[in-house]
Amino acid sequence: MYQRDASVPTISRIGPFRAFVATFGALIGSGFRRYATYRQATIAGTFTNIVFGFLRCYVLLAVAAEAVGRRPAGYDAEQLALYVWVGQGLLSVIGIWGWTELADRIRSGDIAADLLRPIAPVTGYLAADLGRALYGMLTRFGPPLLAGALFFPLHTPARWQTVPLFAVSVILAVVICFGCRYVVNATAYWLHDARGPIMLWTLGSGVLGGLYFPLRLLPEEFVVALWVLTPLPSLLQTPLDVIAERDGPALQAGLVGLQLLWAVAILALAALVQRRAEKRLVVQGG
Amino acid sequence: MGELRAYVALGSAQLRSATSYRASFLVELFGNVGATVFDVLTVLVLFRATPAVGGFSLREAVLIVGLSSAGFALADLTVGNVDRLKTYVRAGTLDAVLVRPLPALPQLLLMDLPVRKALRVVFGVTVLGVAVAANHIDWTPGRVLLIVLTPIAAAVFFGSIFVLSASLAFWWVDSGEIGSAFTYGGRDFTSYPVSVYGGWFRNLFAYALGFGFVAYQPALALLGRADPLGLPAWAGFLSPLVAVGAAAIAAVVWRTGIRHYRSTGS
Repeated sequence: MYQRDASVPTISRIGPFRAFVATFGALIGSGFRRYATYRQATIAGTFTNIVFGFLRCYVLLAVAAEAVGRRPAGYDAEQLALYVWVGQGLLSVIGIWGWTELADRIRSGDIAADLLRPIAPVTGYLAADLGRALYGMLTRFGPPLLAGALFFPLHTPARWQTVPLFAVSVILAVVICFGCRYVVNATAYWLHDARGPIMLWTLGSGVLGGLYFPLRLLPEEFVVALWVLTPLPSLLQTPLDVIAERDGPALQAGLVGLQLLWAVAILALAALVQRRAEKRLVVQGG
Repeated sequence: MGELRAYVALGSAQLRSATSYRASFLVELFGNVGATVFDVLTVLVLFRATPAVGGFSLREAVLIVGLSSAGFALADLTVGNVDRLKTYVRAGTLDAVLVRPLPALPQLLLMDLPVRKALRVVFGVTVLGVAVAANHIDWTPGRVLLIVLTPIAAAVFFGSIFVLSASLAFWWVDSGEIGSAFTYGGRDFTSYPVSVYGGWFRNLFAYALGFGFVAYQPALALLGRADPLGLPAWAGFLSPLVAVGAAAIAAVVWRTGIRHYRSTGS
């Protein structure tokens, strides 16, 4: 029979569900606190997000002003402005770039300590990343959106389901992005140095994720293939299309459904990669 | 003479370390071109949706993005890594640089010369070449001089912006990404006709900070087009002057910063 000793909650991979939830919650909290300590960096990053918001917004509005029917790729000017500013707010919530922690720990051998923990590495890092995203949502999402609303007319969502759907879409995007970064970082198990894959990821995720321009400006067949065959458009393009109400309600919900499939697939892939890696891992001594 | 030998030694050590892991170096070499390729690709994608942006055709826009990319890539190759100054300040590595009997800035640049960014310059200049061939430029001696001077002036200008944003670290170690708003943000700003931007934002970036003279005004002068925003034709020839001004400001701020520097003692 399962017994608790004194008042110390037992943390165990095979332990009861409640203990798992408590551990997962504690890890989210520690991820949150870790990023909350860099307050100046938060302010500096927000400033930069806002400057880039102005740049991207003006360029896309100029495109809209001269495009046929004033609706390039099916967005009107207010939808494009919302697309840009919500995108600038989400950038650090979803956290596309700059995560090399796993690769660094693999290279230094510190990863061995992670394997001794009673929680699987993918789960542990996911919890910490959700904490990071939560902090990002509370601090980095609002200011760019506010700046955008002050200087540009933004589209206001008209359907009741848009905002809850957007919330789900953002959470799924965070999970998918974490899974992708995990897999990209995990190549260090085989390559010892993940700089090449991380660079390819940085290039691909920004352009094919929908940050630099809405992917809908590309030929349609290409975008559909990208959406179905890669997780990249699920990172930014989907949440932004959902909040801008670019598509009808059915397609809007369908895109979030596609994100759900990608979230499951990418986490499964990360777990598989981790198991394979553990089998062949040789920890460097020292 | 002795100084020169010291610089050559620093530079060649850098080159050897960059090329010692050949596969990794090749990946980085091509990955770095990727970033500049995507800048140009973005311009092409936007023009798929519309025949003109800000009153400029695709050919004219490619001339602007070509001038900007060539200048930026050259500045990023030579002084771009000065943005690592904040790491040096935090780690105390800067102390080792300051005790040597050589000026600090060239040392810092040669300590970390990003050879992997070299292909970017080649790509930027190629785009510029294609743009020059695609536009019907009425060549005069003035314009020949301008096409040679503009990318160099743009590189000096961007280089000054790099040094200025890095200097922030002397006063504010945690300056984080603020510098990127003006370095990479400046590159994005100069990649499009200035007529695209509106209001105070345009006045601030294009005229108060001088980014309008990096690529937009020289491109107008090369094309012989009147500025829709009303600046006279000779404004394009101001770009070397603006660059020299920016370099002078950057030099003053850098020197003040070095004098202001207090070691962390670590």
